[in-house]
Amino acid sequence: MTDQQTVAPPAPPEEPGTRSPRRSRGDGSHARNFSAGFLAKLVLVALVDALGVYGILTALAVESWGIVAFLALALVVVNWVYFSRRAVPGKYLVPGLLFLLVYQLFVMAYTGYVAFTNYGDGHNSTKSDAIESIAIQTETRVEGSPTLPVTVVRSGDELGFAIVQDGEVEVGTADEPFAPVDGASVDGDRATAVPGWEVLGFAGIAEDQEAITALRVPLSDDSADGSVRTQDGSTGYVYQPTLVYDPETDTFTDTATGETYTPSDSGNFVSEDGDRLTPGWRVGVGFDNFTRVFNDPRLTGPFLQITAWTFVFAALSVATTFALGLFLAIVFNDPRVRGRKVYRSLLILPYAFPGFLSALVWKGMLNPKFGYINEVLLGGADIPWLTDPWLAKVSILMVNLWLGFPYMFLVCTGALQSIPEDTIEAARIDGAGRMRILRSMTLPLLMISVAPLLISSFAFNFNNFTLIYMLTGGGPNFVGTPVVVGHTDILITMVYSVAFESGTKQYGLASALSILIFVVVGLIAWLGFRRTRTLEEI
Amino acid sequence: MADTAVKRDLQLRGRRWWLEVGWRHVVAIVTIAACILPLLYVLSASLNPGGTLTGSNQLFRTIDLENYRDLWGRGYGSWFVNSLVVSTVTAVGTVLMGGAAAYAFSRFRFQGRRSSLTGLLIVQIFPQMLAFVAIFLLLLSIGDVFPVLGLNSRFGLIAVYLGGALGVNTFLMYGFFNTVPRELDEAAKIDGATHAQIFWTIILRLVAPILAVVGLLSFIGTFGEFIVAKVVLQRPEEFTLAVGLYFWAADERTARWGLFAAGAVLAAIPVILLFLFLQKYIVAGLTAGSVKG
Repeated sequence: MTDQQTVAPPAPPEEPGTRSPRRSRGDGSHARNFSAGFLAKLVLVALVDALGVYGILTALAVESWGIVAFLALALVVVNWVYFSRRAVPGKYLVPGLLFLLVYQLFVMAYTGYVAFTNYGDGHNSTKSDAIESIAIQTETRVEGSPTLPVTVVRSGDELGFAIVQDGEVEVGTADEPFAPVDGASVDGDRATAVPGWEVLGFAGIAEDQEAITALRVPLSDDSADGSVRTQDGSTGYVYQPTLVYDPETDTFTDTATGETYTPSDSGNFVSEDGDRLTPGWRVGVGFDNFTRVFNDPRLTGPFLQITAWTFVFAALSVATTFALGLFLAIVFNDPRVRGRKVYRSLLILPYAFPGFLSALVWKGMLNPKFGYINEVLLGGADIPWLTDPWLAKVSILMVNLWLGFPYMFLVCTGALQSIPEDTIEAARIDGAGRMRILRSMTLPLLMISVAPLLISSFAFNFNNFTLIYMLTGGGPNFVGTPVVVGHTDILITMVYSVAFESGTKQYGLASALSILIFVVVGLIAWLGFRRTRTLEEI
Repeated sequence: MADTAVKRDLQLRGRRWWLEVGWRHVVAIVTIAACILPLLYVLSASLNPGGTLTGSNQLFRTIDLENYRDLWGRGYGSWFVNSLVVSTVTAVGTVLMGGAAAYAFSRFRFQGRRSSLTGLLIVQIFPQMLAFVAIFLLLLSIGDVFPVLGLNSRFGLIAVYLGGALGVNTFLMYGFFNTVPRELDEAAKIDGATHAQIFWTIILRLVAPILAVVGLLSFIGTFGEFIVAKVVLQRPEEFTLAVGLYFWAADERTARWGLFAAGAVLAAIPVILLFLFLQKYIVAGLTAGSVKG
C-alpha cells in the first residue's frame, strides 16, 4: 500500500515573530503600477468570477439554493482577498481552503446530515418532485378521449410532438409543454412543417421508435393536466393522472376509487389501508438509521460480526506486518551480512508495486480452481482460499502481510539505525545478553518512533477498502441479510455495499455507518496523540 | 573498535559463519522469493498470449508480446492517459496549494493562524474517502450546475482529490518551510520584492526538494486511489487504471487474464520507477514527524 497515512504529531508552531504583514501605502497603488503579476492575477480572478457568475445563474435555473449561496459567498471572499491589501495571508490560503471546505469539511458534515434522513432509492428528492412524479407515473389514457394526430419532430437530439389545436400548430417536448409556433404549415388536422424542427417520416420514426413511444409531452406546467403520448408515431392520446394532488389538503385522491392518500412521517403518501405511493421524499428520521442495525435481527448479527472482524483484521494486520518487518530489520541490521542493499531493494518491491494491482494479482493466484497457489504450489489441491469464511480471512491477512511488511521493514530499519550504538555498547559492558538488550534496550527505544506509525497503520487498515473489495469483495456472503454483506466485509466495504450494491440504495443507513467509522478513527487518533506524548516523556 | 570486530567477524568460517551470518542470507533468499513470485507470475502471465488463469500457471512457457499489442484497442490507452492526467494535475495542484498554504503559515502572523493549523491537524485525521457516500451525493448536485465537475467527469474527480490536498501535506511542507532562514526574505523585502515575488522566486526554489517529494507522493497515491474513482467515474472511457483493471480482473471466467496482466505490468512500471528513485525520501516522509528532533 503506497498511501500509508502518517498521523504526524503537531509540530509546535513558532511563537509569532516580530513581523507583521506589510502595510505600506502610497507608492504601490495598482492603478499606477501594472506589473505582469498583477495582470496575471487580474485575469485569473476575472476567470474565476466569470465561472462563478455562470454557476450562480445556472444554479438559480435549477433552484439549487445551497450552491447559489456558496458561490456568491465564495466570489465575495475571493475578490476581497485578492484585491485588498490587508489580506495577504489569505491570498495564499484561499484556494486550498475553498477545496478543503467543499470536498472535505462539507462532505463530512453532509454525511452527518444524511445519516439522519431516509435519503436513498424511493426517497431521492424533495416532496414537490415526489408529487410530480407520482402524478406522471399514474397517468392513463383518458377513456373515450378523441385521437389526436401528432407529428413527431426533432431538433438536434431533442424529440418533440407537434399538434394542431384550434387551427394553430403547437410544439412541445419532454421538458417544455405545448406552445404555439408561428409559420408552421398544416394539412387538414396535421402539422406538416414546423420552422426550427425537422419533421420525421416513417423511417425516422422507426429508427427512434423506443424514444418516441416513451416520450411524454405535458399539456401544461401543471402535471395534473396530463400529457400527450403516442404508440405509433402518428396518432396521440391525452393521458391524465388517476391520482390527483390537492395542495389545500396536501393529499392525493384516486379519481377511480376515491381513496385518499395522506403524507406520512416517513416521507410517503399513504392510504388508510397502508398502501404507499412511490416515490417518496427525503425526511428526517432521527436516530432510526443508527438503531436500525440493532432493531432488525437480520442485520444485527452480521453487523456485529463485521465490526468485530474489522478490529481483528486491523489489529492482526499491524501485528503480523510489524513482527515480520521487525524480524527482518533486526536480521539485516548486521554489518557482516553482505549485499544488504540489494536485499533491501528487492524486499520493498511488494510495497512499490501499486497496491490495487497486488490485490488483483493475488485474487487470481488464489483462485480455487485455476489459481497458481492451488494448481502449482500445492500440486492441484482444491483449497477454497477465497470462498470459505475462515480461509478467506486467513488469505486476506496473508496477502496484507505480503503487502505491508516491507513498509514496517523500512520503518524499523530506519529506527534501528537511529539508536545510538554507544547505548547498546554500554548495556553489553554491563553484562546484558542479546535477548536482554533486545527486550530492554532496542525495543523500547524503537517504539518511541514506531508506535505512532503502528497506530496510523491500524487506522489505515481499519479502512483498507481496496484490499478487501478487490480480493474477496466481502464474500462469502451472509445468507438472508437485507443488504449484501459477507464474512470478510469490513465496515467501510459494508458502507459501500449498503450505499451502492444492495439493490436499493440506502444513503441514510450508509452514512450512519460512516459516522461510526469516523468515531472510531477519531478515537484511534486521539489515543495515538496521547501515546506519542507519554512516549516522548521517556 | 567496532571496525576491528567487523574485520574479525568477516573472517568467520564454517559452522560459526552459518550460525552468525549465514542463516541471515537464507532468510533473505526465502523472503525475497516470496516477494518476487507474484511479480514474476504476473509478468509471465502477461507474456502468455490468450492466457486464461489456468494457462498462466506454467511460468514463462511462452514469451509473446501479443497481449501488450491487444491492450490498446480496448480502452486501456484512455485509462492510462486518464490516470496520468488525473494524477499529474492532482500532484501539481497539491504542490501549489499546499506550498502556498505552508508559506502563509510559515511566514505570516495573522489572526486564527494557530487555530487553523490545529484545525488542519484534526482534519487530516479523517481520510477524505470515509465520506465517499456524501462525495457521491455532492457531485450529483454539482453536476446539475457544472456538468464538468459532476459525476462521471475526470475534472470532478480531480476537484475531489484537491479537496484533500491541504490536510495531508501542509504539515510536511510547513516544517520544511520553517527551515528556510527568514533573513533571506527579509533581505529580498528590503530590496523591494513583494510577498508574491519572494514566494515564487525565492522560497519555492529553496524548498524544491520537498515540493518534488510531496508532488510525487501525491502522484503515486492518486494513481492507486480506487474507491473515490470508482464512485465518481461510471463510464468506461472515463475510468482510471485502478477502476478499469478492476473490471478486467473481476471478470474471472473469460480470457482476459493475460490482458489484465499486461495492463498491470505497464501500469506498475511508472510507479515502481518513481518509488525506487524516491526510496530514501519516502522513508524520510513516512517517519517525518514521528521521530523526535
